[in-house]
Amino acid sequence: MPTVHRRFLASSPSISLYAQLVRYGFRKHATYWGAAAAGAFTNTVFGVLRAYVLIALWRARPGLGGYDIADAVTFCFLTQAYIGPMQVFGGGLEIAQRVRSGDIALDLARPAPLVLWTLSEDLGRAGYLFLARSLPPTVVGALLFGIVLPDGAAVWAAFAASFALGVVISFGWRYIVALATCWLRDDRGLAVVSLVLTTFFSGLMLPLVIFPGWLGTVARALPWSAMVQVPADVYLGTADIPRTLGFQALWAAVLLALGALLTRAARRRVVIDGG
Amino acid sequence: MIDADRLGRSFRVRRTTVHAVRDLSFHVAAGEFVGCLGPNGAGKSTTIKMLTGVLAPTSGRVTVAGLAPSRRRTAVAREIGVVFGQRTTLWWDLPLRDSLDLVRLLYKVDRVRFRERLGELTERLGLGGFLATPVRQLSLGQRMRGDIAAALLHDPSVLVLDEPTIGLDVVSKAEVRAFLRDLNAERGTTVLLTTHDLGDVERLCRRVLLIDHGRLAFDGTVDELRATVPGETSIEDVVAHLYRNSPPSR
Repeated sequence: MPTVHRRFLASSPSISLYAQLVRYGFRKHATYWGAAAAGAFTNTVFGVLRAYVLIALWRARPGLGGYDIADAVTFCFLTQAYIGPMQVFGGGLEIAQRVRSGDIALDLARPAPLVLWTLSEDLGRAGYLFLARSLPPTVVGALLFGIVLPDGAAVWAAFAASFALGVVISFGWRYIVALATCWLRDDRGLAVVSLVLTTFFSGLMLPLVIFPGWLGTVARALPWSAMVQVPADVYLGTADIPRTLGFQALWAAVLLALGALLTRAARRRVVIDGG
Repeated sequence: MIDADRLGRSFRVRRTTVHAVRDLSFHVAAGEFVGCLGPNGAGKSTTIKMLTGVLAPTSGRVTVAGLAPSRRRTAVAREIGVVFGQRTTLWWDLPLRDSLDLVRLLYKVDRVRFRERLGELTERLGLGGFLATPVRQLSLGQRMRGDIAAALLHDPSVLVLDEPTIGLDVVSKAEVRAFLRDLNAERGTTVLLTTHDLGDVERLCRRVLLIDHGRLAFDGTVDELRATVPGETSIEDVVAHLYRNSPPSR
């Protein structure tokens, strides 16, 4: 085995560290159950509003984008359920604030890759918010409007994988936005840009299936679609599963690799604020 | 144990270059207890960040236990424990014990060894009463002791502390000092601390480095430092004199 690999293996932290970080992320966010409850309530109410808008749209244009009304309502509540775990409106990470305060120095001193460390904690957060913020709107949507269920165990499994990949992609994007604070001094400007890009290109605002021509093609190829539209397509059974999961895995890998590169650049170049 | 050779770090800030540290050379032998003094902005924290591999030097070189921190960060991390007095490595929302347990996994300390070391640190630092308390509910003195424990659980050969007594009351301060003194005397851990509290220096440090404008302005014992300003007897006045008379050079 080449020396570099041996050194990497000898020094890389164990899987149990990351498993522990997932647990801690979950418990840390469980402390703020009040905020999660408020989020669940908001997501549910907006879900109902969106459902009526989509119902009106699909009544006027039946079969639009290959969905019927039940599909559109299901799409609506599924994607409302993504908002918490996938942090569709941005944020969820402390990195930006830690760069501003200088606490990032502690993170960078740790003998573990920052991107994996933060990802693990974020998966714990997503796990908690899945329970606290994804289930309530879905259940309410099912009771009020009725939603379609996936077609068999294989589709459920594929959906679970697609959902998890969506969380990783969302993390990869938010990590890059947050770490950009190192160069921009502040993440607020970029956070607004990210909010617009994510809500539109993910399919949260309107399903991407209704966008015609090149706009739809481009939107469906971008990483944001892999957060919201793609897992919904897997659930609704309108996606080619292996191709779709491959597409998501590719974006997850690209964003995490970019995040790791940015972390390296930050280590070399950046003024670490805060004395 | 620590070797700095013409160490320098500059930053580009709006098209001008700021030299936070320049041409800094010093050697710390194993088992020494060294205090690092200097006015705010002198380059102390930047030096510590280079020692711990957080920042790469822009000139010169530094090694800890023979390793260059910016290139062998993981290997250096096993040799060095770091405490930043104004920051915390502990998980704010979780019990102190959980943060300490994470250190075990991060540094792959085996369970038996870890339990032993935690027992020892719990006794010496008096952590017993608040191991199960969420960190956000700890007083600053308790939190600082928790942070010191977290930095030492993997039994590093060097402990670096950036203002470990900042904001502590006299009793907490005395406890932290006594602990550090014993750590150095009994385990032979090399200690390097930065401080603005001259009580820390007088009570603990056999050797003082004074950094000013990113350069080494003095290296010697506390008594030698006192002797540099004839007529001044209090260490506070000596240091104030030295800071005031340092040539502006940025």
